[in-house]
Amino acid sequence: MAFDKMELREVEVWDGNYAAAHAMRQAQIDVVAAYPITPSTPIVESYAQFLADGYIEGEFVMVESEHAAMSGCIGAAAAGGRVATATSSQGLALMSETLYQASGMRLPIVLNLVNRALASPLNVNGDHSDMYMIRDSGWIQFDAFCPQESYDLNLIAFKVAEDHDIRLPAIVNQDGFMTSHTAQGVHTLSDDVAYGFVGEYKPMNDMLDFEHPVTHGVQTEEDWHFEHKARQHNDLMTKVMPKIKEVFADFEKLTGRKYNPVEKYDMDDADVCVVCMGSSVETAREVATEMRAKGVKAGVVGLRVVRPLPFFEIAEALKGVKAIAALDRSSPNGAAGMLFNEIAGALFNTDTKALLSGYVYGLGGRDLTKAHLVALYNELQANADAGKVTTQLQQFIGVRGPKLAFL
Amino acid sequence: MSEVKNIKNLKEFSTSADRFEGANLLCPGCAHSIIVREVLNATNDDLILAASTGCLEVCTAVYPYTSWDASWIHIGFENSSTAVAGAETMYKALKKKGRLKQPDRNPKFISFAGDGASYDIGFQWISGCMERGHNMMHIVLDNEVYANTGGQRSSSTPIGSSATTAPAGKISYGEKRNKKDMMAIMAAHGIPYAAQVSPNKWKDMVKKIQHGMAVEGPVFINAVSPCTTEWKFDPKDTMNIADLATDSLVFPLYEIIDGRELNITYRPKNIVPVEEYLAAQGRFKHLFKDEYKYLIKEWQDRVDEKWAYLQRREEARI
Repeated sequence: MAFDKMELREVEVWDGNYAAAHAMRQAQIDVVAAYPITPSTPIVESYAQFLADGYIEGEFVMVESEHAAMSGCIGAAAAGGRVATATSSQGLALMSETLYQASGMRLPIVLNLVNRALASPLNVNGDHSDMYMIRDSGWIQFDAFCPQESYDLNLIAFKVAEDHDIRLPAIVNQDGFMTSHTAQGVHTLSDDVAYGFVGEYKPMNDMLDFEHPVTHGVQTEEDWHFEHKARQHNDLMTKVMPKIKEVFADFEKLTGRKYNPVEKYDMDDADVCVVCMGSSVETAREVATEMRAKGVKAGVVGLRVVRPLPFFEIAEALKGVKAIAALDRSSPNGAAGMLFNEIAGALFNTDTKALLSGYVYGLGGRDLTKAHLVALYNELQANADAGKVTTQLQQFIGVRGPKLAFL
Repeated sequence: MSEVKNIKNLKEFSTSADRFEGANLLCPGCAHSIIVREVLNATNDDLILAASTGCLEVCTAVYPYTSWDASWIHIGFENSSTAVAGAETMYKALKKKGRLKQPDRNPKFISFAGDGASYDIGFQWISGCMERGHNMMHIVLDNEVYANTGGQRSSSTPIGSSATTAPAGKISYGEKRNKKDMMAIMAAHGIPYAAQVSPNKWKDMVKKIQHGMAVEGPVFINAVSPCTTEWKFDPKDTMNIADLATDSLVFPLYEIIDGRELNITYRPKNIVPVEEYLAAQGRFKHLFKDEYKYLIKEWQDRVDEKWAYLQRREEARI
């Protein structure tokens, strides 16, 4: 190989962005087309530096907008090579049109989505509004709770997305600033081992095969459109989860680090639990342990795979629980939160008698403190004891002024 | 270097198309298909093509059919240029890595888009591609209107034209603004080559396309594409209308090299009055009412002025 390999320590102190950038480097991406936006910018900056230092042999195109970033990625992926980019918030909103086109064309692009609030008001900090906005765009979506997972899930994402049975683009979510800018110890793989895991890119229907020209991005109307969308949805619902589990298992064999579509913590005998995503999973785990010491049978369910939604794994994880809180880090704006609705949907036809309440928290980067979670677990325990939801179904955590609660 | 195709006569040229099939859904008399065939016939090189959403796209790749026998991609309305730029970047990356399946091939990268998709919604994307220096060619099929959606005005729609969102009516003569000068804007990027072409002057077109394919870097081509439906003329008259466009100098044929050197490539022996060009098309019919006749004179003055300007630029070599 013409590029230089990088000597890494067994454990490096990396933030989530740098961890993602190293995974992209080790995957030896052929083309990155990107436009900078806080808090994801350091990913492409680091990538550019790796390129400038001779650690990568691919091409980096600094385009003029996020829409062009994904447009360039689509053209590059259709041409037949490994492609990735990164964005956040308004940038994702601008590229959202093209996200549907990438998945509809079955192009295995990997997007690092560093979650951030959507304006207005303008806010650069982390919440999940952007992730929720594009949740139905046909992309596989992973969720990293910490920098280690940002690194690992990037390597995993390439392997899942590029499989010829899957051929769907994948997003690796991580919390803006909370994860993207917080440095922690990250266990690394050597460049050879990491690349060996991801594997060489195998093109399919590539535009650069001149002996077999292909047409990408056709027009279909009512005579075929439904079939295309249904087939794409079918593959997401039936093929992707088994593939993810298979790659998770391969990764565990390689590293000892075990991932599940739904991450259970102290759930075996839990009476009360919170279901959440991102960096709050780690906070909730710590509080659950403290609640256990006080005699509350507390547990945590972290959603590792957001799309396809692991319905059965969610239902299985929540079996026997008496009271559940779904934590949404996005303003539902006129409904219950996404996670509330999805948990409700996953449980609806099961035998569970669990009480489900929804909490909106942490918008625009507002902290979710341990004190918040202690109070929340106490409310859940009160619900469990009473056999009914004792407060309103939807509450906001830590908003100044009169308490906001609905339903 | 692009492989220069030896073309002897129009008959041979027009029958040699094998990468854009006659089987498509474009209107009878549509200049788009003529231009595309002329472009594709100008070279034997491998081609990677993109089209923006528009007439060309919706009429040539309707699943499960395709009119294209070269790799082709459509993403959206605004980004055919960037799609091809992405493919061109991948080509460079794989070439560097020695991973091309056919490493000896030297493909050309071309995006097609209408004036709406180039002058308006795709403007930023094209500007980005030109500025970044991708080795590609962006070709505008300039029919001066959003034809695919039924005739709305674009920033290429000329003054006095009746469009559905700028209609002529009891108190309006239609479009109020002058056509945007895309050639000047694109040349200002300092790109190696920009040219205006017309399907009736096919030798001139072939020469320019071949020149554009031979240079390294981004190329901008603006092709006038008479639209039978929105310009309102008989489908058999497409070439006559194109003749009137070039011979009245409403659509002058010239090129700009390296953003500076301007060459006029066609000087009509007999310059036709603009009035004749306008009179041949239904979209300008109302201009012949007494109250709007002054606009025809203004049209002529503007065309004369532009022609004088182009000649001065050519002469001054600046």
